[in-house]
Amino acid sequence: MGSLNIENVKKAFGSVDVLKGIDLEVRDGEFVVFVGPSGCGKSTLLRVIAGLEDASSGNIIIDGQKVDAVPPAERGIAMVFQTYALYPHLNVRNNMSLGLKQIKTPADEITRRVKAASGMLSLEPYLERRPAELSGGQRQRVAIGRAVVREPKLFLFDEPLSNLDAALRVNTRLEIAQLHRRLSATMIYVTHDQVEAMTLADRIVVLNGGRIEQVGAPMELYNSPTNLFVAGFIGSPKMNFIDGTRLGETAKTIGVRPEHMTVDPKSGSWKGTVIHAEHLGADTNLYLDAEQAGLLTIRTFGEYRAEPGTTLYATPDPSRIFRFNDQGRTIR
Amino acid sequence: MSRATISLPRTVAAHAVLLTYTVIALFPVVVIIINSFKSRNAIFRTPLTPPTAETFDLIGYATVLNQGDFLLYFQNSFIVTVASLFFVLLFGAMAAFALAEYRFRGNTLMGLYLALGIMIPIRLGTVAILQLMVASGLVNTLTALILVYTAQGLPLAIFILSEFMKQVSDDLKNAGRIDGFSEYRIFFRLVLPLVRPAMATVAVFTMIPIWNDLWFPLILAPSEATKTITLGAQLFIGQYVTNWNAVLAALSLAILPVLVLYLIFSRQLIRGITSGAVK
Ligand SMILES: Nc1ncnc2c1ncn2[C@@H]1O[C@H](COP(=O)(O)OP(=O)(O)OP(=O)(O)O)[C@@H](O)[C@H]1O
Ligand SMILES: [Mg+2]
Repeated sequence: MGSLNIENVKKAFGSVDVLKGIDLEVRDGEFVVFVGPSGCGKSTLLRVIAGLEDASSGNIIIDGQKVDAVPPAERGIAMVFQTYALYPHLNVRNNMSLGLKQIKTPADEITRRVKAASGMLSLEPYLERRPAELSGGQRQRVAIGRAVVREPKLFLFDEPLSNLDAALRVNTRLEIAQLHRRLSATMIYVTHDQVEAMTLADRIVVLNGGRIEQVGAPMELYNSPTNLFVAGFIGSPKMNFIDGTRLGETAKTIGVRPEHMTVDPKSGSWKGTVIHAEHLGADTNLYLDAEQAGLLTIRTFGEYRAEPGTTLYATPDPSRIFRFNDQGRTIR
Repeated sequence: MSRATISLPRTVAAHAVLLTYTVIALFPVVVIIINSFKSRNAIFRTPLTPPTAETFDLIGYATVLNQGDFLLYFQNSFIVTVASLFFVLLFGAMAAFALAEYRFRGNTLMGLYLALGIMIPIRLGTVAILQLMVASGLVNTLTALILVYTAQGLPLAIFILSEFMKQVSDDLKNAGRIDGFSEYRIFFRLVLPLVRPAMATVAVFTMIPIWNDLWFPLILAPSEATKTITLGAQLFIGQYVTNWNAVLAALSLAILPVLVLYLIFSRQLIRGITSGAVK
């Protein structure tokens, strides 16, 4: 239970096409992450799946059943919002149980589910508090709890962590990963955070301008992006793109990831001057203005002393160079 | 406010300005109230002094209250104001919610159409309204007044409330939809409480012109049974002789209910939004 099929879904707001034909299959129990630049339609797609927005055309099939005409509450889904969206006038317990009361779940069943969910998310001390009396992280856990008690076939998360600070984000990310393992429920998760996508996903869906660019396991996208967009979007710092003609290559564009280059003060493929060095402790990012290749970002591991102005040679790992044709497709 | 930003001369200046304004605004009201407790001669001789043991006289209030129908006028005003207010807030909020929440063809046009009434005074249509009321047999009923005042109050109410409703988080409404709430429940239980301060503002703006109106009661409902307080108070103003004691007493009494309503709404204004649901 809990599979999702999206068949050629299109969505237009007035004359603006936001989703331009999305096809996707999500298997039962899978954790799928939607990533893409701001405004590419991630939230819109999620809202279409939830039934909060009608698709202009195409079908949504949850668990083998076409749900185009089914209201959100009856689709067997639960959603966690970026802004928490807790009911301000209700305490934590009632925030979690209201949806169940709405569908006339027996009282003892409600109590059992709220107890289980609040235990799982360490919310027991706060059950009688109102949202205003909770911290951001606690509020988001309540929102997740409200989703959990519904025992949905499908969880939908819309950037649930983006309002939390860095430390809390890591904790809550862990909690979501554990939740997925424990419930083995199907989850769809929207984010534009690289790390969240790479760490949580079974498969990542890269969206751009209302289209799917590529679908695949995190390492698949990292190691064999199908095009320039995915290559540039996955990985941080971003992949270096170099004009092929400058290097005398036949390919239009050459791509090398910052971590797939080595530097040497004496010899190497591309000579350049250090513009800036970022020391992150575990690694050092060097910005190099190379004579032949243009501006390069290079990630070296550990501490690397390099003053701006020094001359360095960068050498790409030949087995990990990507080549792209005129249309931006990867040449294999 | 942080302590550091307060400087003494600024505080003094600010208070001076505010106090001056308060005095100017309250002066006529105070004059009315103190004179309503004085005898007729004292009103003319020393209008600015408070009543003393000699000049104190309740004759004005006695006249007004013995005037039999005065309580009825009060009641009429109260019914008309409260009922109109209720309908303005209910329908205004519903229309504002529809305009703010749903995308439909002609949404903007509808919004503009509904806001038109802010710019065009309803009194321009008095003749047509009177004909309408005559035709439907509503002349000399409170219903006529309630209908007219509801129409008069709606444009501003919709205009203000739809701006506020647009600011209510979409996520919150969507969370309600996923939990299976009907649109009515979302409106009444989630959205209305969050725009309560705006509702209170609209209530105050709507209520005061209705309570004070003389035009429509005079035209649509001048009968003895449907007179409102402002119309009733005219009784004491004659072409040649004006019973000032009674007029002042009537006006003083007329301030009371509207003051009570105002206090109720301003508490809402101050209490503010139940925060913490979102972000
Ligand atoms: N109700 C609406 N009416 C008109 N246009 C809309 C509406 N909702 C979204 N859009 C447009 O659809 C596009 C996609 O929006 P969406 O919210 O899905 O982006 P997103 O990928 O979630 O971006 P972000 O990462 O910033 O959240 C945007 O260009 C937005 O302007
Ligand atoms: Mg979004």
